[in-house]
Amino acid sequence: MSKTMAPNPTAQASDGDRMIVNMGPSHPVTHGTLHIVLELEGEIIVKATPQIGYLHRGVEKLGENLTYQQFIPLTDRLNYCSSLMNNVGYTLAVEKLLGVQDPPRSRVLRVLCSELARIGDHLVCIGINAVDIGAYTAFLYMFKERETIYDLFEMMAGQRLHSSFTRIGGLFRDIPAEFEPLCGQFLESCERTIDEMEKLLTHNPIWADRTKGVGAITPENAINWGYTGPCLRAAGVAHDLRVAQPYLDYETYQFDIAVGTTGDVYDRYLVRTEEMRQSLRIVRQCLDRLKEIGPGPVIVDDYKVALPPKEKVYTRMESLIHHFKLIMHGIEMPVGEVYSATEAANGELGFYIVSDGTKSPYRIHVRPPCFPIFSSFDEQVKGRLIADAVSVLGAMNIIAGEMDR
Amino acid sequence: MVTERIDEILPGAVLDRHAFRGDQTIVVGRDRFLEVIDLVYREGFQLLLDVTAVDGGQRDPRFDVVYHLLNLASQERLRIKMRVGEGEAVPSLVSRFKSADWAERETMDMFGIPFEGHPDPRRLLMWEDFPGHPLRKDFPLDGGDVFCSQDIGASYSPDARSLNV
Repeated sequence: MSKTMAPNPTAQASDGDRMIVNMGPSHPVTHGTLHIVLELEGEIIVKATPQIGYLHRGVEKLGENLTYQQFIPLTDRLNYCSSLMNNVGYTLAVEKLLGVQDPPRSRVLRVLCSELARIGDHLVCIGINAVDIGAYTAFLYMFKERETIYDLFEMMAGQRLHSSFTRIGGLFRDIPAEFEPLCGQFLESCERTIDEMEKLLTHNPIWADRTKGVGAITPENAINWGYTGPCLRAAGVAHDLRVAQPYLDYETYQFDIAVGTTGDVYDRYLVRTEEMRQSLRIVRQCLDRLKEIGPGPVIVDDYKVALPPKEKVYTRMESLIHHFKLIMHGIEMPVGEVYSATEAANGELGFYIVSDGTKSPYRIHVRPPCFPIFSSFDEQVKGRLIADAVSVLGAMNIIAGEMDR
Repeated sequence: MVTERIDEILPGAVLDRHAFRGDQTIVVGRDRFLEVIDLVYREGFQLLLDVTAVDGGQRDPRFDVVYHLLNLASQERLRIKMRVGEGEAVPSLVSRFKSADWAERETMDMFGIPFEGHPDPRRLLMWEDFPGHPLRKDFPLDGGDVFCSQDIGASYSPDARSLNV
């Protein structure tokens, strides 16, 4: 210990009073495999050194050796709380590179599943944050709703957690007939659950004590640290990519941006709560639109990009060739580079793709939202109690999978 | 357009530029990089979203260091690229953008590009004595034999260069 602490003069000066506490790599509040070295004086944190990389799977390196289509399942594993949003973000990036647009029904369904995933992600974030702080009941109420969301995902994609639902140019398949009644039920029950959650938390003095003023950040500082998403909005910056740089026709939906004032844990909670309500509003509009649009294709009718339907593959020569070409040689990509960003549950999820025209991306880089947010952890908890580190960590919505990639 | 302003105020700083699918990219030289960053920061590009690099393989200079910036007021995005050779140091932006801290550490870790003036130049994702830089094109896909304590002379699958052979 003394060997690692030697170069730090302040550490040397008060070495006798200081205790090192390792939080993680596998600790109930670290939300994944994170390691935080806390240097303490009594219960006060003097320094927090986050160490990441325990979950590093080399997703970017793998992406350079897979076809564009094969990368979709890897995006599920980035943020496993809202994998559908990662699918949507990635396919939008590839579509931007290709210059194709998916059919209207697919666009509505993408918005629908993204917003459901956002609700699910926020439910987990608030629920687990509450558990870490000691409020167990709210978590149980909310996880019931998350189960319903996963049931809906299962209906859509056939899988609950790792959905791999989107395809380049559209979606894997249309939603089944049973989807809409269950989704309608969910919209009603989720609204009630959010009300119940607010009754349990928003005016709860213990919750307020543990969250108000904890991890407060100024808007300038938040921008400088690279914050995006609810953490940035809680600090008072009304920046939401769905409004600022709309994709998937978000500009045609009615919803409001939730903005906080202080950027502390309590404001992040309030912002997420309001965002869930707004997402429910968007989902409702999506269901109405699906009825308006009626049945239709959910993937582009371009067999250079999307696989032709099986009955055509078995009966037509050209379709068989297209199928073979797509599977064996991939999509013919233009040469160029794009950066495409979407508003994921915890901030701006960006994909930077460099194409050299071959079947695999020459370079693929993921810009995860929680990576810059977590880098500010030391500043957020310095001079505060260990217990505050727990509230701050939960409110940052850290997902080790996307941070380490 | 910010690229025109850069041309106006810092003539000759932009070596190359292109726009593809609405993305603006400028390529700047290493010597004028900080001037350009200074200018775009004053122009409103105060959110540094990302720092990464692209390995050009055999190309000379080998790497492109890529910065993605966003102007929150005008919602304009800008990509700044800088070409650097192997071992050539890049000026660190940590004093200007705190978000550059981890992003530069990651780029250093994955590509081996040193960032001059970085306050904490440790590896970020790999452990301290990990050999090599995984995102370089010449780094084997299966990671080589770094986990073997004995020198067996080859990776466990020497021909595993691609998953789609």
